[in-house]
Amino acid sequence: MHIDPLEKKWGQIVLVICAFFVGIILFEALFHSVNAPSNVETIDSTKLHLSKEFAEDKLGVSRDDKGNIVVRMVAGRYSFFPKEIEVPAETKLTFRWVSMDVLHGVHIPMTNMSTMVVPGFVAEVETSFPTPGDYPVLCNEYCGLGHDQMWSRIKVVEKEKWLAQHSASKGGNKND
Amino acid sequence: MIDNTVRKLALGNMSVAFIAFILACFMGEYQVLERSGLFESLDSPTVYFASVSTHGVLMAYVLTTFFIMGFGYFTASTALNKPIWNPGLAWAGFWTSLIGTVLAAIPLLTGKASVLYTFYPPIQAHHLFYLGATLLVVGSWVWCAIMIVMFLQWKQENPGKTVPLAMFATTFNAMLWLWTSAGVALESVFLILPWSFGLTDTIDVGLARTLFAWTLHPIVYFWLIPAYTAFYVFVPKQAGSYLFSDEAARVAFIVLVVFSLPIGFHHLYMDPEQAKGWKLLHMVGTFIVSTPTLLTGFTVIAALEIAGRLKGGKGLFGWIGTLPWTNPMVLATILSLLMLIFGGFGGIINASYAMNAMIHNTAWVPGHFHLIFAGTTVIMYFAIAYYIWPILTKKPLFSKKLTLLQLWTWFIGMSILTTPWHVLGLLGQPRRISTVVYNNLLTLSWQPYELAMIFGGLVLLSSACLFLYILFKTQFNASTEVYEHAVEYAEALHPSESVPEYLNDIKLWNKVIAVLMAISFGYPILQFFLMNTYDSSAWGY
Repeated sequence: MHIDPLEKKWGQIVLVICAFFVGIILFEALFHSVNAPSNVETIDSTKLHLSKEFAEDKLGVSRDDKGNIVVRMVAGRYSFFPKEIEVPAETKLTFRWVSMDVLHGVHIPMTNMSTMVVPGFVAEVETSFPTPGDYPVLCNEYCGLGHDQMWSRIKVVEKEKWLAQHSASKGGNKND
Repeated sequence: MIDNTVRKLALGNMSVAFIAFILACFMGEYQVLERSGLFESLDSPTVYFASVSTHGVLMAYVLTTFFIMGFGYFTASTALNKPIWNPGLAWAGFWTSLIGTVLAAIPLLTGKASVLYTFYPPIQAHHLFYLGATLLVVGSWVWCAIMIVMFLQWKQENPGKTVPLAMFATTFNAMLWLWTSAGVALESVFLILPWSFGLTDTIDVGLARTLFAWTLHPIVYFWLIPAYTAFYVFVPKQAGSYLFSDEAARVAFIVLVVFSLPIGFHHLYMDPEQAKGWKLLHMVGTFIVSTPTLLTGFTVIAALEIAGRLKGGKGLFGWIGTLPWTNPMVLATILSLLMLIFGGFGGIINASYAMNAMIHNTAWVPGHFHLIFAGTTVIMYFAIAYYIWPILTKKPLFSKKLTLLQLWTWFIGMSILTTPWHVLGLLGQPRRISTVVYNNLLTLSWQPYELAMIFGGLVLLSSACLFLYILFKTQFNASTEVYEHAVEYAEALHPSESVPEYLNDIKLWNKVIAVLMAISFGYPILQFFLMNTYDSSAWGY
């Protein structure tokens, strides 16, 4: 059995490099809650229209008494519904995505609003958008021959402006 | 030893692999052309997605499986100096896999299986597609069995001796493939086949994705191990040097095989059906499995440095210039390692749990796996073919100049193709779209990169045609010149007469894998039976 001293040294360096990467990721996950969407929450995708949370009139941006903003979205061939939403910048947003048919994925480019939308599950993502602007919302998992057409819009507006417009809103579809 | 059985088995399997490869290359070029949107007459999602599905299946399943089987028969017979155990069974495996491929090709080419090569339910393909894919895998299990039997027979006939490294790696790959394919086999037998034949109406998508993730990561190591095998057992000799350390090579293969299995959830980082604790556990394993690659890089470069210095290279980098750059195997290795460095860098980002959110399912991902698979891995498939085709056919390699040109153009083409592909991902372009219809300013920034990809694809297609041409001209060369060289395996700098049993056997590692798999996949699979899950809708897609 022969392991060269150089090889041993390199092996140790490799382990240190890996431990460094793993350490940063674990630290951020455990102490700063930087996590991938993983809420393991089931829902019957075939009965969304009858559900309390994802019936048609409940979709879109809503704000509760405490000011928490929740965005409820349904993915279905071939769009995200509601097709246009407006959210405030620099504000914590909780996105809740469900699929009404097949597997979809959703990504808002240049942001970390990204998750798979798996039939049978609610995908929850918490994020905030620092920069106001018009962003596309893109399906990024092949979902059928019309997959190319599957996208919608999200408008990120300045926080004060959004709050002024939505001061009295509680739940419901707030599409402009 | 090389008898006619091995010749036929190796050439037969590898020919199927490379025919699949060239067909898929033409499709690849069509796809970058269609995707660019520059040619209106080409625009057709129907044709595009049929083509992408076929391209993926041919490259990822047919090229790889048949190449690995052919190379495995060659390795087993030459490294162990034994005839192939039960050639009849080997041919039965070959025909099972080939019939499976043809069965899957029928719905693929007629647009009845445009589900892409990952076939995520509940989008459903024609049942022939799933049946064919299953047969392809079942045929490859026969190969696994033959490799393991020959390994065990040799050990019995040579008690106390060290199994040659080439066969050690091949047997570990066979064992890896049995473990790897079990996940997709379970998905296929219990979920997909009954559903596609209409016995069940709905399917548990979360469970199907979890089982597929079991297969999805180690499968890439199944494809990669022949390349690593060549790095360790051919390259040092071809460069005029020695294998830096035989034991370190064995350790690398073991860690690669053992830790490639329990880490599939990095493909599910963005999925809601698995909890973050499991994802973090698989993340740690994902970083552990990068260690054998870093060890391999070191050992291979060490062997090359020794070669360069033996040839008179001086100074810190002087040995690089004195390397035999005109040896196809050595050139391919250098280019392969270059692509591995950049691809590995991208891989670290994919593996990084939270950072992955920025590039998940964007164009970055196919950019990454083209660089690592079609680049790093397939260029070594070429090098292996150039090395063993003359040995198998007893004809000298057709043209060394063209061979070197082919390897360089593959590397250059892959660089031109995958660099803009990565950038497109960072600019937010999703993978798996046939055209860009998003009415958004962002998409304007995508155009120039798509143009570059067309050019990269053209270079690659030419290179692929040249590869097939060289093999064809070698095999069917009319000249009477006979190539008499036997295969030369690299010798270790410090030859090891005996190694500890754990570096010479598969039994212990099978048990370790079983424990790790039970820990990392046991509950995540079981949870679907413990909680109240809902299947997809029954109205079919």
